[in-house]
Amino acid sequence: MNRRHGNRQRSRFAWQETLRRALSPRTWLRRHAQVSLESLGRLSHNLVASLMTAAVIGIALALPAGLYVLLDNLHRLSGSWDGQAGLSVFLRQEISEPAAQQLAGTLQDWPEVATATLVTPAEALAEFGQHTGFADVIGSLDENPLPAVLLVTPAGGHTGPAAASALQQRLQDLPETEQAQLDLQWVQRLSAILAIAKRGVLIVSCLLALAVLLVVGNTIRLEIQNRREEIVVTKLIGATNGFIRRPFLYSGIWYGIFGATIAWLMVEAGFFILADPVQRLAGLYQSDFSLETLPVLLLFVLLGGGILLGLLGSWLAVGRHLDDIEPA
Amino acid sequence: MIRFDNVSKRYPGGFEALTNVSLELEHGAMAFLTGHSGAGKSTLLKLIALIERITRGQLYVDGQNVSRISKRRIPYIRRKIGFIFQDHHLLFDRTVFDNVALPLVIAGYRHQEIGRRVRAALDKVGLLSKERLYPITLSGGEQQRVGIARAVVNKPMLLLADEPTGNLDPELSREVMGLFELFNRVGVSVLIASHDIALIEQLDHPVIGLEHGRLAAPAAASA
Repeated sequence: MNRRHGNRQRSRFAWQETLRRALSPRTWLRRHAQVSLESLGRLSHNLVASLMTAAVIGIALALPAGLYVLLDNLHRLSGSWDGQAGLSVFLRQEISEPAAQQLAGTLQDWPEVATATLVTPAEALAEFGQHTGFADVIGSLDENPLPAVLLVTPAGGHTGPAAASALQQRLQDLPETEQAQLDLQWVQRLSAILAIAKRGVLIVSCLLALAVLLVVGNTIRLEIQNRREEIVVTKLIGATNGFIRRPFLYSGIWYGIFGATIAWLMVEAGFFILADPVQRLAGLYQSDFSLETLPVLLLFVLLGGGILLGLLGSWLAVGRHLDDIEPA
Repeated sequence: MIRFDNVSKRYPGGFEALTNVSLELEHGAMAFLTGHSGAGKSTLLKLIALIERITRGQLYVDGQNVSRISKRRIPYIRRKIGFIFQDHHLLFDRTVFDNVALPLVIAGYRHQEIGRRVRAALDKVGLLSKERLYPITLSGGEQQRVGIARAVVNKPMLLLADEPTGNLDPELSREVMGLFELFNRVGVSVLIASHDIALIEQLDHPVIGLEHGRLAAPAAASA
């Protein structure tokens, strides 16, 4: 009877002890650090196989990351041309030169306008003749057919496609205006194309993310099968599902980290290879444009995405296969 | 410690391994479970460790009704139990030390505490000098003792052993039984399934006999 009481006492004490141990944050941290290092050790044990898996993940992550950075560069390029986008405002024939001059002055005061310069019909005609070699033909005309033109450059902050379009509309609405034309409309077209390409990259990214998920999931599934015996034994001696799950989840996380690192190296290497020819091409266009590689923020996105996909992939595999393994 | 109330176990497919078994093992008691192979010894032990679940009746382990306990709570019941298997279930890709340490790692013990307890357990089974070896290099008797060390390292309240001497010669078998008696003397309840009648008769402990899934009369058990 006495012994029984003592045992119960001991049991209660042991129970409390277990609870205290399980809830202590230091225990928790220590346990996770331990398990993560253990998983890392296991990966390094099969170094070649692990690296191959990580490389597959790396390639799958490098593709969208590289495409994104490439698009980003193109966008920057079109942005730098946006700055040179100008508008030509063709005035009605009946507007006199002083009135046109005055209008130029008014436009100059608009916040979205940097400069507004008047090109008189006479100047326009002279320039036309100079550039086209039609001077003789023009000279035979009775009357100057060219209207006065205001060359408007948008102020900084109004150079984007949308803002420039708005300015164009505003100029078009002036009573003196015959037609307001946005030069460099191809910049708008380019940015529209870029928008489509961005969507494309998004789709490709989703597909490749799915591929990473499947690669990690399959790798973890194989690992679970290889460690079946170990899982049975640990379940027999009181391991919770969480305990058994943890090393596999950490394996997934490590795959994600290494995959992201490999992807980063691949993107950097790719841009290193491209940098010189691009610089040469830009030089031919008198531009000081140069490729920019992964920004730091995107590096973190890449790493975070890799970790998340690795974790999710292993979670799916573990969830599907761990419950099947029960001691018998 | 363990109480069976009219417990029956029917396997999928209809085979009834245990029928209306009622028995009780007191805290700190030691008993043998005997019977021919197929009598239901292993099933009875598996029910206690919740490896198999009972079909009818009530089962109590350490005062707790585990008849319908949820899957999530099973690990915590198992931690109170040290289970010793005939084929010892050691992990061959890790050392003796790591095998024995496993229950402590699962329970989240501190590193130094693990080292201390593992060495104490290995010392008790006489294998302290072999902690760095891999189980494959050990003899059958040594492997069985590693299994015992792993079962007791967590200081469980109950030891279950399924034919622990099944693969051992008589001398080693006696040694292993001696170990069980040692643990029993410090308050651990012990239930051993064995068909080694000769060995059991040398030891002075109650014997529970099983015959075709039912409790046998006490006389028949020791016969």
